[in-house]
Amino acid sequence: MSRQTIIWALIGLLFVGFISFRALAGRMGRIYVEPKVQAFEEVPADPIPWADQGDRPPRATWNPVTPPAGAIDRRGVWQETDQSGAKIIGWTSWREIKATEVFEARAEALRTGGREPESRLSWPRTIGLWLAALFTLAAFSFLYRDNPFYKFTESVVVGASAAYYMVVGFWDVLVPKLFGALVPWVVREVVQPTLRDPSLADRLAMAAALVLGVMLLMQLVPKVRWMGVWPLAFIIGTFAGLKLFTFIDSDLLGQLRAATAQSPLVVVKELVPGQPLGTGEMIWQSFLASLQNSLLLIGTVCTLFYFFFSMEQKGAAGRVARVGVWFLMITFGAVFGFTVMGRVTLLAKRFEFLFDDWLWLIDPRGVHQLVSTILGVVAGA
Amino acid sequence: MLRFLQTLDRRWIFLAMGLAVALPILFEARFPEKPTAVAERAFNTINNLPDGSRVLLSFDFDPASEPELGPMATSLVRHCALRGYSMYFITLWPFGPQMIADKIREVLKEDFPHLVEGVDWVNLGFQAGNEAVMQQAKSDFLRTFPRDVRGISVTQIPMMSGIRTTRDFACLIAVSAGYPGGKEWVQYVVTPERGSATPLKAVVGCTGVQTPQLFPYYPGQLDGLIGAIKGAAEYETLVNDKVEKLNPGAPIPPKYQEAVRRMGPQLVAHVLMVSLIILGNVIYFTSRRRGGGA
Repeated sequence: MSRQTIIWALIGLLFVGFISFRALAGRMGRIYVEPKVQAFEEVPADPIPWADQGDRPPRATWNPVTPPAGAIDRRGVWQETDQSGAKIIGWTSWREIKATEVFEARAEALRTGGREPESRLSWPRTIGLWLAALFTLAAFSFLYRDNPFYKFTESVVVGASAAYYMVVGFWDVLVPKLFGALVPWVVREVVQPTLRDPSLADRLAMAAALVLGVMLLMQLVPKVRWMGVWPLAFIIGTFAGLKLFTFIDSDLLGQLRAATAQSPLVVVKELVPGQPLGTGEMIWQSFLASLQNSLLLIGTVCTLFYFFFSMEQKGAAGRVARVGVWFLMITFGAVFGFTVMGRVTLLAKRFEFLFDDWLWLIDPRGVHQLVSTILGVVAGA
Repeated sequence: MLRFLQTLDRRWIFLAMGLAVALPILFEARFPEKPTAVAERAFNTINNLPDGSRVLLSFDFDPASEPELGPMATSLVRHCALRGYSMYFITLWPFGPQMIADKIREVLKEDFPHLVEGVDWVNLGFQAGNEAVMQQAKSDFLRTFPRDVRGISVTQIPMMSGIRTTRDFACLIAVSAGYPGGKEWVQYVVTPERGSATPLKAVVGCTGVQTPQLFPYYPGQLDGLIGAIKGAAEYETLVNDKVEKLNPGAPIPPKYQEAVRRMGPQLVAHVLMVSLIILGNVIYFTSRRRGGGA
């Protein structure tokens, strides 16, 4: 075993030891929830005397009532009838609360001999938190070397994301748009009672979309693969049509305006009433603005010149192109800097999650302070 | 020493970077943020809208970019709520509805409970179709977003009266992580309106990767740009300063200091990275001078 392997093994062991210590000696990685039980009693509406036979009866109203004892432990939406025969419907919703509040309430109950708070540890959410933490560590383990934990985590992330996109695509696109236009009565009956009747144009458009979609799937059948070319042509044509105009207007003409008309080479910053600006300051601000606009023009021209390949870049042309290369390098540097900033932010957030939500080492949001942790230990939380 | 540095295992660099990010978080290191002119312009654009303006907020991001964009989305929603604007939330990303719901819960429901859904703010949710949605919203907003996330038809929502196209909004605020997002909003909705008498104002908040792509649009086609976590921290500082002026001495909740907090690890990590780049160059040139090659 090499010296380096031993050092890394020691670092790993230290880390595992620390996690074990935190898990055993203190409180960490727990999510507490508070129940809110709701119950409603049905009050049937009086029948309308002049209603015709076959008319829809008037809707009943639902009044909130005190939930029966033990309702908190019932699962899902429950129903029962009271002594008068009225129907009661109820359910329990669970709200996440701060661990601090739980520990303080339990410590208070212990001190005063009062009633234990109804808040409780949420096992599903706690397991989810631990899974997220372990998956994060497994993803980080790739930095040491490729390993099965990393592979498993990667597969889970890819699978879960693909599944989520598929479900959203089905319920948010296919159901309301396609099925909602072609078979609105089914969608209204099953999932979306507020769905409006589609217009004839909507129906025709969606029928055409369905046909094109099916044709696109024909790409998978070798014998009729040619059918998939038509919807592809439609997609490319539509996309090109949409993009062409906006690119010319926004990126070509817009940028030309920004580099010329909106950026004069000589800028004179005027004295604005209400904003005292001395003469020296005015000259300095004017100089800076003029320099900025001049640099913008020089940078644009030189960079464009670098990409002008119709003539050999020698002599004066070569020098202009080299200036363009410098501007490009500065741009790449800025892009790299911004990318690093973004990646460091992502890493910082994962560390915040590990240290705050999981290990309870820091508490920037004030949800599980150290003092509360001690209180929790005292109260046997 | 030179030989040791040339053959240094890259995993030590990873460990150093990990510590550079982890230690400032553990010790909660914070540094003051001085807002730049770009962040101030974004702030002033939103702050100077007429009272009761209608603001369209498009949250086009997902959990992968939440660390960067979440804090700026929080500040933007808080700023709009402080100014009393009508807020219309939409998203073009499938994961966007959860991002919108989080901000509504964290900011509007917790700190502005007097604001009423359907009257002061509305969540119109996700629409699939990328640029086609923008194009359609430009000509018929109600047809593009026919109901809110609760399933209520927009014709029954009080604050939707008077909205026909995107031109009926005073400002578009796009918090964007990629495609479709800020760039497409500029191309399809903002730029075509620039020549009109009352052009649609636009502020885009974006990730670090996207910022260089959007800077060319500023300030000609964009009225404000909040770039990466640095921009978010500056904007957050400006909003906190505004609240401080309104309620002197009032404590700032931790959720409104998230971006500034996240700039601590940034500073240390960037110092380490710059040091490593300099060190790498020193090693390279020293090796070359000694004839060892790169």
